[in-house]
Amino acid sequence: MINKSKLKQPIDILNIKKRKTSFEEVEKSLSDENALNESLRCLKCKNPPCVLGCPVGIKIPEFIDCISKGIISDAYQIISKDSFLPSICGRVCPQETQCEAKCVRGKAGQPVAIGRLERYVADKIKLEHFKSPKKGSNLKIAIVGSGPSGLTCAAQLCNLGYQADIFEALHIPGGVLTYGIPAFRLPRDVINFEIENLNRLGVKIYTNMVIGKTLTIDNLFEMGYSAVYISTGAGLPKLMGIPGEGLGGVYSSNEFLTRINLMHANKSDYDTPIKIPKRALVVGGGNVAMDVARSAVRLGADKVTVIYRREEAKMPARRDEILHAKEEGVEFIFSSTPIEFIGNSGKLEKVKYVNMKPTSEESSGKSHLVPVSGSEKEMEIDTAIISIGNSANKILVESEKSLEFRPDGRIVTDEATARTSRKYVYAGGDAVSGAATVILAMQAGKQAAYQIHKDLSIKSQT
Amino acid sequence: MFKIIEKEELNSKVSRMRFEAPYISKNYLPGQFVILRVDEKGERIPLTVFNANKSLGTIDVIYQKVGLTTMKLDEKSSGDTILDLVGPLGKPSLVSGFSKAIVVSGGVGSAMACPIAKHLVSIGSKVEIIAGFRSKDLIILEDYMKAIDNDLELVTDDGSNGKKGLVTDILLKKLSSNIGYDLVMAVGPIPMMKAVCEVTKAYGIKTIVSMTSIMIDGTGMCGGCRLTVGNEVKFACIDGPDFDGHLVDFKEAQVRCVAFSEEESLSKAKYCNLFKDV
Repeated sequence: MINKSKLKQPIDILNIKKRKTSFEEVEKSLSDENALNESLRCLKCKNPPCVLGCPVGIKIPEFIDCISKGIISDAYQIISKDSFLPSICGRVCPQETQCEAKCVRGKAGQPVAIGRLERYVADKIKLEHFKSPKKGSNLKIAIVGSGPSGLTCAAQLCNLGYQADIFEALHIPGGVLTYGIPAFRLPRDVINFEIENLNRLGVKIYTNMVIGKTLTIDNLFEMGYSAVYISTGAGLPKLMGIPGEGLGGVYSSNEFLTRINLMHANKSDYDTPIKIPKRALVVGGGNVAMDVARSAVRLGADKVTVIYRREEAKMPARRDEILHAKEEGVEFIFSSTPIEFIGNSGKLEKVKYVNMKPTSEESSGKSHLVPVSGSEKEMEIDTAIISIGNSANKILVESEKSLEFRPDGRIVTDEATARTSRKYVYAGGDAVSGAATVILAMQAGKQAAYQIHKDLSIKSQT
Repeated sequence: MFKIIEKEELNSKVSRMRFEAPYISKNYLPGQFVILRVDEKGERIPLTVFNANKSLGTIDVIYQKVGLTTMKLDEKSSGDTILDLVGPLGKPSLVSGFSKAIVVSGGVGSAMACPIAKHLVSIGSKVEIIAGFRSKDLIILEDYMKAIDNDLELVTDDGSNGKKGLVTDILLKKLSSNIGYDLVMAVGPIPMMKAVCEVTKAYGIKTIVSMTSIMIDGTGMCGGCRLTVGNEVKFACIDGPDFDGHLVDFKEAQVRCVAFSEEESLSKAKYCNLFKDV
């Protein structure tokens, strides 16, 4: 029986008061009852458009059908065939532009809450359902970086019978999941759970290993690895290039979030310092900007303002995150951009910003913007956090001359095979595409694993 | 976990620590640094690598007890471990093609100046060293520097070693004698490096400075260490730590260097009080 409700089943949301003072997760999992009712909203389309909207092609109606039958472990198995990190994707995927955007129910009412259902399944299932590693080839593969792409590639390689070892530059694994996405959106125990699952599969993660510095790719081959997958992510913050960006109090989003998420600077018993902003300005309109703004609220900032150069509807952040930010008191200035940070004895005191308008010739899509003359305004701030994106990390560009890079530092690969210019070295995720989404990075890791398997199988036959 | 093999007190404020670090020592080159974290609640701080022994798989770092983390580190002794140690980071100081160099160091900066001076000697450059310290009891690595330059110029701010003066006084004297210097390397506090650059600029001598900024990851990810060099934004951790001193915006670098000084002195005070109570 189909549940004809036009609206998604509700979830519990952490109360506002708690949200302003703690990093506890804001959105809670669906209740059993609501998950069942939500699953009954799915029409089980014969040619499901939602699956086409999923970058990894999860069999969405099939897993939802399992929920409606009450067999959550089967639902988990179906999701797991295509996604290794369901508890993470259920939380951070931009479903509204992917699976849920295509959902037929969305034509008259809200689409099925696919993301919430995915998360519900993942949260319900614990370790015992996980597969033990397969015995197979004794070949070792080195994976550089333990973000979503590296983790997925490692898991897939294990399932194909390889020993996958991950080399991580930071002191804990997870990449952007750990240093970038705050706990109120992705609790640390969710990440730890997925990483423990990988350990169970037999994946080894070596931390404090900067490939290109601590070890080179040559070193990895010397150590007996048969192939290398590079998933170093987009870990180089973009800056605005405007006057005053070097003042004390101006951060990149990466620095601000790393201090909190990786180093726990918000907790008084941790050593890493952070300044509690009084009036914070967050520049940008993506998920990272929302994460930064909401983190600033939780640190105790008096006022947090997001400034975005386009109108509200163009913001790339997930709608839920924008809504949460507004609920938490974050203010927004749209169609505007900072042009100068002004300080006194090196400390940030003011921002000068200007309105932006699209040029007339391009009105569709993401048009080019120009400043509106005479629209300059000033605002008093003591903290500015630049959240306008990231480009690819540069360390390998310097150290690995055998690899081909684009001028912006991204690694050049063959799109179909993830092969780089060096034999048996593959790359994927943000290091190749530039900053994108968790799910696309995962998909790249999965594809690369299959390609590595294919190439090594051919190699062993010749 | 990284094991401390040896610890030597160089003076009341500065010590040398040897770590078991086979991977870091393997690819280390002069001018590079490491980032360490002492314990679970610790911060990540960059420290210069003074020396590496590739066959023993060890590295030596020299640190001054100035902040919370170096004080915590100093609580450790030989046989103890620290939680995290990563490197070698930064670009090595592999300058070449200079025939006569002056290496200027200030305070604990000599920990990086020494391996750089040694490298210069190894590529056939003549090397003269000027080292400045605040007072006699803070002098480190004197024998090491003398072994490189027998005529080492060692000055102190208070004259307690019998030679009162600033490194820039000696530098100016050397340069004005005009005997074919083609490189100055300066490693030390930002005001010292700035002063050195002001002196050398007038003589048009290539000057390289080593910029140690606030860092977290050390891989170019956080951007905390950014500085302006010739109107371009650079990251000390991946583009440096060496930069053309005549292009560095020292004023900005100084501001960024002390961005967290209030928080740092608070946590240091808290830590010191903790021990007072015991």
